[in-house]
Order: sequence, then structure tokens, then C-alpha cells
Amino acid sequence: MGVGVAQNLAQTGHDVVLVDLSEQILADALATIRQNCRMSRFMGGPALDADEVLSRISTGVGADALAKADIVIENVPEDWETKRAVYLELDKACAPETVFVVNTSAIPITKVAAVTGRPAQIIGVHFMNPVPSKPAVELIPGFHTSAETIERTRALLTAMGKKAIDVKDACGFISNRVSHVFMNEAAALVYEGVGTAEAVDEVFRSCFGHPMGPLETADLIGVDTVLHSLDVIHEHYQDPKYRPCPLLRQMTDAGLHGRKSGRGFYDYTNSNRATVA
Amino acid sequence: MSQNVEEQVLDFVRGRFPQERFDADQDIFQLGFVNSLFALELVMFIEKTFAITIRGEELQIDNFRTATAMAALVARHQQAPAASGA
Repeated sequence: MGVGVAQNLAQTGHDVVLVDLSEQILADALATIRQNCRMSRFMGGPALDADEVLSRISTGVGADALAKADIVIENVPEDWETKRAVYLELDKACAPETVFVVNTSAIPITKVAAVTGRPAQIIGVHFMNPVPSKPAVELIPGFHTSAETIERTRALLTAMGKKAIDVKDACGFISNRVSHVFMNEAAALVYEGVGTAEAVDEVFRSCFGHPMGPLETADLIGVDTVLHSLDVIHEHYQDPKYRPCPLLRQMTDAGLHGRKSGRGFYDYTNSNRATVA
Repeated sequence: MSQNVEEQVLDFVRGRFPQERFDADQDIFQLGFVNSLFALELVMFIEKTFAITIRGEELQIDNFRTATAMAALVARHQQAPAASGA
């Protein structure tokens, strides 16, 4: 998702330093941004000059590349130990006044703030995919987040073309608390044989008017990612209503992770999309 | 060649929506369930399958509405390949 955030920032006139684990990952990220710019107008977005967008993005490996950043938007995986290690590193590398934006769909912002020496400058923003074309985000202040940090972040989001929806700091926020229960129950319906994946998705598309069904959405997000987010929410609240459906765990173990692996609830290989689960 | 392209495109679309019936001149975007994600997949499928890079000015929904239109698009690119890929 960092690729989408970087593109969104650059196409709205911001200078960006894109940081990742290796030069190869960064080269792939820039190639993806170039391709996304090429497709932008076709997908209903603005016409973008890829060279102009990319001219605003520099790259670096390691947190030191962010030493001069005003605001850091972190996009590492939703794994607490990974996030924790990154924030310890960022806290050392960045200037004391730098704001850290936690891009998360589940991890409490106050928990992240506690591992830094700047809890007033830690704030959560839950971006949605694909970032450049989604008009809104969840904005989540932590317990110690200052009014100045909230306003600086809100101003940046406005400049990125995003409406910020205020949400309190609670694991899963609003979006995942609801959407993941949808996807989990949809998987349970397939698991119990109540309906096929296509039937479940068809109900959401045709009866509710959703552009995509919950299982198509799970395939797009990644079945493994959905399972992981459910595990995080379940672990946090200890409420059985978030207990992941066994089918999600079995599919994850089997490598049926959705579009990115070629198979999930649907088969994306050989140009087909037959129902798998 | 063009007939073959049409058939391959139709196979792709039918594979994704097996419950629907398609013919070469049907506007798939008027069926109501084709979203922007599928439009992107169509571009990727055509570029990969027919080894072309669709020129920026040709990236318009009208060129992807029917299998016939997509076959014509492929034919134009095979006759005059994109110079830069942009």
C-alpha cells in the first residue's frame, strides 16, 4: 500500500522519499507507479504524466533516508513486532518534530505511540486500496496525540484529496470491525455449504448494490491478510464473534491467498475465474 | 488472426463470468457487473496474450466494449507497435 500512498502524494504535488527493504523492491515499486499512472485515466482517475509524478519521488533503503521528512507515513505489514521494530528505528532516525502516521487497519495507535519518545506526534490513518482513487480515510488519534498533529495530518490528507473520517482508537476501527465480520461470515456460508462463493457475492452485488461481493473482496485484499486481521481483532477483543472461519485458515495454509497467488475463492489462473471454494 | 483474437478475448470474458452468455458484438460494460478492476484485467490480458503495449490514446473504454473492438485494437497495434510503450 506504500506504493499507492507515495503515488497519491506525488501526484498531488508533494515531494516523497519512498523507503523499503531493498533497491529491487524500490525499483519494482517505481515500475508499478509508472504503470498505475499510465492506467489512471482509463480507470476513471485524472490523466497523469508518469515522468512528472516519478520526478517527485526519491528512494532509499533504511530509516536514515527519512531524516529530513516532515511527516512519515509508515506502511509496513500489520504485524506488531514488525511495526514495533520500525518505530524504534524511525524514532532515532527522524527529527524530533516529525509526525509519524501509522497506516493500519487494526493496530491500536496508542500502543504504537508507547514505543516512541514522541507520543503526541503519533496518529493513525487507515488508507483504503487503491489509495489514489479512494476519496476517504479513517483518521485515528491516539490517547496522547496532540491537536497540532491532528491538524497537520488533516491538512496533508486534504491536500492529497482525501476526506478524513474521525474514528476513535479501537482495534479494527470502524471499517475492519464491520468488513471483516462480513467476509468471515461469507466464508462461513461457503464452509457450511449454504451457498457457493459466486452465490454469496451475487447477493451482495445484486441485492445490496455493492460493487463487489465479500469473497471477491477477500481475494483482492488477500485471504491470508483477512485472516491475519481477524486474528488481530479476535486476539484484542477476545470476543468469539471475530473467530476466523476455519475455511480461511485452511485456504491460507493451502496457499489459496486470492488474486496475488492466482487462486482464492476464485481461480485467476489461465484467464479463468472458476469458483474454488 | 482477428477471429482468433476475438475468440481468445471471448474465452477470457466467459471464463470470468461463466453464468453469462457473450457474443463478439456484445457491449460487456452495459451488462452491469463489469467493474473497473475487470477493465484493468482486460488490458493486462490483452497486452500479455498478444505481446503488445497499448498506446495511451487507445486506452479508452470504447476500445474494450466488445470482443470485436478489442480484436481491432490488437490488430492496430500489431500493424504499428507502440514506440515507447507509454
